[in-house]
Amino acid sequence: MVETLISIAAALAGAAFLLALYRFLKGPSTADRVVAFDVLTIVSVTGIVLVALAAGRGIYLDVALVYALLSFLGVIVVARFLERGL
Amino acid sequence: MDLLGALLLVTGSAFLLLGGLGLVRMPDLFNRIQAGTKATTLGTLLTLGGAACLQPEWGLKLLLIGLFILFTNPLSSQVLARAAHRIGVEKSPQTTVDRLAEDTGEAP
Repeated sequence: MVETLISIAAALAGAAFLLALYRFLKGPSTADRVVAFDVLTIVSVTGIVLVALAAGRGIYLDVALVYALLSFLGVIVVARFLERGL
Repeated sequence: MDLLGALLLVTGSAFLLLGGLGLVRMPDLFNRIQAGTKATTLGTLLTLGGAACLQPEWGLKLLLIGLFILFTNPLSSQVLARAAHRIGVEKSPQTTVDRLAEDTGEAP
């Protein structure tokens, strides 16, 4: 039962990833792509947590934390770059 | 407890899916930002809560990730929206009010 629900959650997160990927590839503006990138990384954090649950290994959560940190820095840097060209 | 955690996982992932759908369907950048970040923040927090119900000994780390996302996601979306407003990203024709342009005295 729990395994089935985890699989359903992974499928829903995968669908969200694909929708965000569509926006990431289509654009049309750079800022749209950055928003899509932000959503992609948030969905990926959830995916890493689901993988950690399925594998039963808590060490994967550290990967999710570092990934969230790096994505935050990336979005901030790109937004500053858009605003005034670094 | 296990069932509650799994149901929280599914609910959170459904919110992620709604956020992705909003990202595709919304008419302009600012609507996409609000659909994409609010829904995914809630979805991620629910998923982390579900994982904490399933594996209580991971609670501290999951709380750390959740707090980090809760603090940084609104911040990054706000910075991005301000940058997009300043470089003049096109608004949807249905936009009726632009408080930032009124405050700074720019043409809307």
